[in-house]
Amino acid sequence: MSLTLHEIKKILNAHVLHGEKFLDKTVYSACGSDLMSDVLSFVKEQSLLLTGLTNHHVIRTAELLDVSAIVFVRGKIPDCEIIDMAAEHSIVLMTTKDTLFTACGKLYNAGLSGGEEAKDA
Amino acid sequence: MLEEIKAFNNEPDNSPEGVLIRHVYSIEAEDFSSAGEVSRKIKNLLKQLGVDSELVRRAAIACYEAELNLVIHSWGGKLTFQVTPNLIQIITEDEGPGIPDIDLAMKEGYSTASELARELGFGAGMGLPNIKRCADTVIIQSKAGQGTKLIINFNI
Repeated sequence: MSLTLHEIKKILNAHVLHGEKFLDKTVYSACGSDLMSDVLSFVKEQSLLLTGLTNHHVIRTAELLDVSAIVFVRGKIPDCEIIDMAAEHSIVLMTTKDTLFTACGKLYNAGLSGGEEAKDA
Repeated sequence: MLEEIKAFNNEPDNSPEGVLIRHVYSIEAEDFSSAGEVSRKIKNLLKQLGVDSELVRRAAIACYEAELNLVIHSWGGKLTFQVTPNLIQIITEDEGPGIPDIDLAMKEGYSTASELARELGFGAGMGLPNIKRCADTVIIQSKAGQGTKLIINFNI
């Protein structure tokens, strides 16, 4: 199961901080974590990252993992410098008022998986 | 600040036989603002070399973890990236403090990272296990009170 970023935006009632023109992109799995160490261990490419962390290591981690988009939870908005860094790498950024738990739950209900099947395959 | 101390294609005096590309980067302890810069450069180099995308991804993740280990845990060191006809190698060498128990350090969830590293989203105790998962072979040489050498190999 996959979702487009446009669908994700709608499900999470999210606001796009960067990359409105890339919302047709599809993601095949998602990971919700504030620990970039865990993200490095579990995220697949063309994934969505949901996090409450807004420092530049989130973008650096996403860039290295070829993550398509990041959703900041609890209404968090990173500094302009972080948004510019994401723009440089064509990473879509969104923010939602949902908590990490709720946002992940909504996307899981919509059919998006954590990508574990692909990892174990 | 990140300092690239050497970047060249041939080093006949010091490079192991058959090394096609060798870059050595200096990594400073607790330099969180530059952490990941070297891994980004190496990822781009591998892409330019036309390496398979899955291998680029594995190498980039392992390199980032190794770079972060130098920043978070070491007193500073160097990261060497080299390519031979059969291998991509990432080698980190630091000046200490060394790993007292390598088996424990390899355990998922075990971490001695600082509070600052944890605030930035690191130090979950996944670094070395993740490097092992991504690489084809990993060699760790370390002694408490001395430095650590980590050799990460990817078969081409």
